[in-house]
Amino acid sequence: MKEEIINSNWKLRKGEIIAVKQMTPTERWFDIKLDDGELDHEPGQFVQVELFGIGEVPISICSSPTRKGSFELCVRAAGRVTNEMHKLGKGDYVGIRGPFGKPFPVKVMVGNDLLFVAGGLGVAPLRSLINYVMDNRKEFGKVDILLGCRTPQDMLFGDEIPKWQKRLDVNFNCTVDRGAPDWTGNVGLITTLIPGVTIIPDRTFAVVVGPPIMYKFVINELLNKDLPERQIILSLERHMKCGMGKCGHCQIDHPKNYYCCKDGPTFSYEEVKESKKL
Amino acid sequence: MNYRILKKKDLDEFIKKLSRKMKVVAPVDKGYNQFAFEEVSSAERIALQYIPTILPPKKYFMPQKEKILDFDISEKVPEDRAVIEYDKIAIFGIHTCDLAGIQCLNMVFNERPRDYNYLTRKDHIFSVGLECNDYCDGYASCALVNSHLPNGGYDLFLTDLGDRFICHVNTQQGADMADFTGLFQNASPRDLSDLDSLRETKRKIFKNEVDVDARQLPGLFEKAMESPVWSQVGAKCVSCGNCTNVCPTCYCFDMFDQINLDMKTGSRFRVWDSCQLEPFAKVAGGENFREERLERQRHRFYRKFKYPIEKYYRFFCTGCGRCTRTCMAKISLKETLNALAKESL
Repeated sequence: MKEEIINSNWKLRKGEIIAVKQMTPTERWFDIKLDDGELDHEPGQFVQVELFGIGEVPISICSSPTRKGSFELCVRAAGRVTNEMHKLGKGDYVGIRGPFGKPFPVKVMVGNDLLFVAGGLGVAPLRSLINYVMDNRKEFGKVDILLGCRTPQDMLFGDEIPKWQKRLDVNFNCTVDRGAPDWTGNVGLITTLIPGVTIIPDRTFAVVVGPPIMYKFVINELLNKDLPERQIILSLERHMKCGMGKCGHCQIDHPKNYYCCKDGPTFSYEEVKESKKL
Repeated sequence: MNYRILKKKDLDEFIKKLSRKMKVVAPVDKGYNQFAFEEVSSAERIALQYIPTILPPKKYFMPQKEKILDFDISEKVPEDRAVIEYDKIAIFGIHTCDLAGIQCLNMVFNERPRDYNYLTRKDHIFSVGLECNDYCDGYASCALVNSHLPNGGYDLFLTDLGDRFICHVNTQQGADMADFTGLFQNASPRDLSDLDSLRETKRKIFKNEVDVDARQLPGLFEKAMESPVWSQVGAKCVSCGNCTNVCPTCYCFDMFDQINLDMKTGSRFRVWDSCQLEPFAKVAGGENFREERLERQRHRFYRKFKYPIEKYYRFFCTGCGRCTRTCMAKISLKETLNALAKESL
């Protein structure tokens, strides 16, 4: 027998790509509008993007929910589906499931100083929170943003970063691993920027998003500044295949039962410090 | 309690009547001491004495490959339709370990967001349990997790009393089916006392098969992340994924798209996956979060004895022994637990 399941959680919402931009040779930005209304996400969540006939891929949402009407994704061409997705343009449709995942603990962070640390593509999920904070700026204390990437050409959201830089209510700093002839900024790992930030440990939340290798070093710097483990917030990368805490792919190697898609992707360092890999 | 009697000579008639209502599957002897659940139309092929089948009955609840979604991309706006394909099935002869396995899967797929493909299929399965009066073989560890005795999860449950089965009627559907066949009589006090003495004998036969009390297992695993036992297990493992495929409580899956030859319509499918395979926890960026075999084997044991305790208040090992029985590298679940227990002393 074959029947339709009306309330299936596998059913896809239809999203029209209303704008695209090739940010770097490997990263492409998409603005997507759902046919059935708002995505209704929170900063730090992700969606499953379906390319019909090709497959599905989990992508973190890089726009703030305070900006209505559509949502944005920054996609690196890394695997089979994302390489195909890079071929899509304005007017093309994708399937969307979600939003999924535990968002950044915005309510808990209200009233505190915030330190954002993003490495590489980590700026994408963090941007949803940064712009949320910008749009609710008076709810928070001092805001520091530290960005790091390989070379100046790899810098994502290049047109938006000057806006963060110019704001008087934000301290912005960035660094590249390798400079370029026209680069006048910092050269060095992102960890070198942390000593320059004033941190009041009992009223600061650090939100750190980057590749696994970055976490260890950045977290050590933050702990050296006496920042409590529960005030270090991370967003972990895993391959979430279902987004519903079932398929098993994103489960974390930890004595506790953590699915990255449901219990994360945002965790405090205190929660996941026993993980074999961050 | 609702107990009835089915004479053994009437079993064939029972299966025949059952198969008039729905597809009937039962354990069948495949030779070489291997058994499998297969469709039957009479009792003739059914193996009443069998060791756990190659694959557990989970294959009827969560098929190796199942269609989840149909889509059509011929218009600008794609269309999709979530679908389920299922049969009305009666599974005859499910051992208590496998009933426990189905109960585990029921919990997983009933957890929100719910999986209606699984739940719809489950609602169309009629299950008839069959008691093990003795151990199947030395690989089983059902007494450790208390799945050697029936703990629900069935419509009817049969216990072999020699010339007859005593049948526990657990659900209204079970009672209706028993009435429909017209082959069941009410159990007499003698039948009930025979069942009691059989269970009494079982309590003497079935004893915890490992050197650790089940209640201590979660605590043991709390501290076992760094145990050298995993290196020993990992060194043997060949990463074939047999252990997870045959496990009655393993449900990890992958999804894939298939486009039809018209290039306009297609489907999304769910297939079984295994945490023991190398790419399972790999991300597109290249990082593999469980790169080593020891990490993957450790993960498997944590998913049986530690993680589900927090979430579902039960072990996700039913003691069926399939993982050990099927392992080409002779990794033994009982020996691994014993090694962990020994180390924690």
